[in-house]
Amino acid sequence: MTDNTQTNEPHVLPLSIYLGVGSILIFLTAVTVYAASFNFGEFNLLIAMLIATVKASLVAMYFMHLKYDNKLYLLLFLSAIVFLGIFIVITMFDTLRRGDIYEIKAGAIRDAVIYDSLHITPDAHALEDSLSISTDTTEIVIDTTK
Amino acid sequence: MSQSHTNQPAFMQHHFSDAEQQRESAKLGMWLFLLTEILLFGGLFVFYAIYRAWHPEMFHNAHKVLDVTMGATNTIVLITSSITMALSIRSIQLNKIKQTIWFLVTTLLLAGTFMVIKYFEYEHKIHLGQLPGHYYTYTGVEGTNQHVFFSAYFLMTGLHGIHVFVGMCLIGWLIFKTKAGMFSSQYYTHIEMTGLYWHLVDLIWIFLFPLFYLIG
Amino acid sequence: MNKMPETHYLNATKGIKSWLTTVDHKRIGILYLFSIMFFFFIGGMFAILLRLELLTPSELYIDSDTYNQFFTLHGAIMIFLFIIPAIPAILGNFVLPIMIGAKDVAFPRLNLASWYIYMFGSMFAVFSLVSGGVDTGWTFYTPYSTTTSTSVISMTLGAFILGFSSIFTGLNFIVTVHKLRSPGMTWFKMPLFAWGMYATALIQVLATPILGITLLLLIIERTVGIGIFDPAMGGDPVLYQHFFWFYSHPAVYIMILPGMAIISELITAHSHKKIFGYTAIAYSSLGIAFASFIVWGHHMFTSGQSELAAMIFSFLTFFVAIPSGIKVFNWIATLYKGSIAWTTPMLYTLAFLFLFSIGGLTGIFLGALSVDIHLHDTYFIVAHFHYVMVGGTVIAFLGGLHHWWPKMWGRMYNETQAKIACGLIFVGFNMTFFTQFIMGAKGMPRRYHLYDDVYRPFHAFSTYGSWVMAIGFFLMAYYLFRSLYVGKPAGDNPWGALTHEWSITSPPPEHNFESIPITEHGPYDYDKVVAKSTFTEK
Repeated sequence: MTDNTQTNEPHVLPLSIYLGVGSILIFLTAVTVYAASFNFGEFNLLIAMLIATVKASLVAMYFMHLKYDNKLYLLLFLSAIVFLGIFIVITMFDTLRRGDIYEIKAGAIRDAVIYDSLHITPDAHALEDSLSISTDTTEIVIDTTK
Repeated sequence: MSQSHTNQPAFMQHHFSDAEQQRESAKLGMWLFLLTEILLFGGLFVFYAIYRAWHPEMFHNAHKVLDVTMGATNTIVLITSSITMALSIRSIQLNKIKQTIWFLVTTLLLAGTFMVIKYFEYEHKIHLGQLPGHYYTYTGVEGTNQHVFFSAYFLMTGLHGIHVFVGMCLIGWLIFKTKAGMFSSQYYTHIEMTGLYWHLVDLIWIFLFPLFYLIG
Repeated sequence: MNKMPETHYLNATKGIKSWLTTVDHKRIGILYLFSIMFFFFIGGMFAILLRLELLTPSELYIDSDTYNQFFTLHGAIMIFLFIIPAIPAILGNFVLPIMIGAKDVAFPRLNLASWYIYMFGSMFAVFSLVSGGVDTGWTFYTPYSTTTSTSVISMTLGAFILGFSSIFTGLNFIVTVHKLRSPGMTWFKMPLFAWGMYATALIQVLATPILGITLLLLIIERTVGIGIFDPAMGGDPVLYQHFFWFYSHPAVYIMILPGMAIISELITAHSHKKIFGYTAIAYSSLGIAFASFIVWGHHMFTSGQSELAAMIFSFLTFFVAIPSGIKVFNWIATLYKGSIAWTTPMLYTLAFLFLFSIGGLTGIFLGALSVDIHLHDTYFIVAHFHYVMVGGTVIAFLGGLHHWWPKMWGRMYNETQAKIACGLIFVGFNMTFFTQFIMGAKGMPRRYHLYDDVYRPFHAFSTYGSWVMAIGFFLMAYYLFRSLYVGKPAGDNPWGALTHEWSITSPPPEHNFESIPITEHGPYDYDKVVAKSTFTEK
């Protein structure tokens, strides 16, 4: 609710806000589908996530009333996102950085056993993809003998 | 107990001093619950993010087997249901009971539509063997460990689907109770809480849709 | 001579049904007390059996597989069924609402539900205990947990369900603290116990969902092989450790923060001196809660995570020491020139300060990357976390239990026996675990059934210590039960303390307060207000 938390009268938003926000959401869905038909390379993910974030914020702000409600709820909502961000980012400091200093002798990620029975041989490109973590970084291996 | 107990409406619980305190408590409780929901899904988003970073090519190849039209339709269906849900809360705030029920029924129908479309998608994938883990038998995707993509897909959309189903049950219960006259503009906490839950379910889908259907 | 009040929450309604359907936070606290202490007993029995087996370097009476199951069950039961719920669910439930002047927690039915969920989850744990046990260690590390034939699924499912119980308790406390404080009870007039509970509840709500999804993923990995944790399916076992410790490191603070919260109360109530550095202690609770989320990787220094991550985690780990240090120094400053009463709760408080400081400081050794490589997976680690978990949390819990026992039941226990038990536990604990520091530093690995003969004297001494501790615990059980029947009525305020719960009768009335109390003085204004003790031994 707004600042007048003492009253029991609900804070009613005008119909136009709901319909307006709803139309924007549907429009943005169309935009994101359309944008996905082009290849922006690395920016594909960024564009899609940007649009999704805008949509999500609209839902949270207007439909979930975060814009008008007690700011504590907004804080809670954001803290969930922040902690999730911490989780992803710090974990990736590990998963994307293995072998930076000491070379990984065995392959980083191997094919699952189920493919033996499926008779699918992963093509060379895919194999390289899976091993890129160790191959890319061999150049900066520290020579410990010095 | 010494508070003006006699003038209090039936929905008041004894340990709150007024209706506003009760309502605000319920709302804070609901937001905390939503926070746990975000983090529950969050674990799966981490799963997705890390494996996508490890196998970008495979994720790209695998996402092509998903049907964008169905996904986009479902997105629009779910967004529309979110709008009707929000409108049902607006109606109850204005004490328009009939309109509230109408909007809730629409929401329920849209949620049902979402589940039906989802069912056809799943059915198709199960038929082709595009399944998680040991059950993966599809051969049309290039790359390593393609089953991981489908593991992520089924886990995330599956957990989301369960939430949609729970939401449908809640909305059904609300329709029943609104008809029975439980809610009015003075007391509609349950509708408001279900609304928050429903919007969160929508919000998660807003991210799932591009992550799986559009960019893989 | 004090008299018991005629009606109170214990006798307001009668019969088993009135207990099983109660929504009174005090009764739910009591329900939790008995169920959690039951599992504490089971977990403790496993500890005694383990120590007995380790008396000799070779097999004494159980084989290695059984040994593996015993330490797993000891760990899993103690962590998930005892120490995580213990303080919030028992003492938090009982005391927190009264302390902040509320008639109940915000959601009483959810509170009862959380007890039923606890019991339901514990049944899964018991089921896995009788259906062949679990031998993975309480951490359920992959790939072993996805391949072992023991009943991993029922144990993890149990932990998953217990997580919901924990979330509901936490959620309830946050809302209670935010919305149900009585008039005049501002944030900074709240007792520090409430602050500690609040910080704990935040971690419970933020971290436990991650445990939920982790265990769910583990179960699905075991059944379907989704390829996230199992290397045979293209998964990454180290990722499991990230997932697991992202919850379980904060969970360590779910365990210790309530202990710190209790100590903050006890130290001022039993030295009748205003707490030193109230705001610093309050904020440091929140600081610990936040810091707990960014250090999980220090459990994984030897797991094969990237060197960069290991360095970041080692660096961040040292920050946790700051808020903990702030607390310890403030407590000691509180004691300075206080009028210290040598009551049982005070003895536990002093024991806590001593043991927690050792536990905390050895944690700093372990947080240092290079030192940890040597000490990882040795008895040094075992000693370290027992000093924090038992020396910290359990000792604080026992102190709190003795502090609020007269409030719970209206009767006082035998102080002399209580002091003897406290002494036995303290001495026994140090005998058991200080030895393990030495043993660990000398290289004795943890979780080993058979060991080299050179460690024999250490292991034997450690086992003798465990017996001393056990005698202390049995003595405690004896005098506590006895006090329920023959204890002297304690009166409203046996300690002369100033927080709200001591202003009502012991045991408290059914709805705590006749009218919502107005907070007039701070919880620790011992310099301004004098509260007379209502209890004397004679």
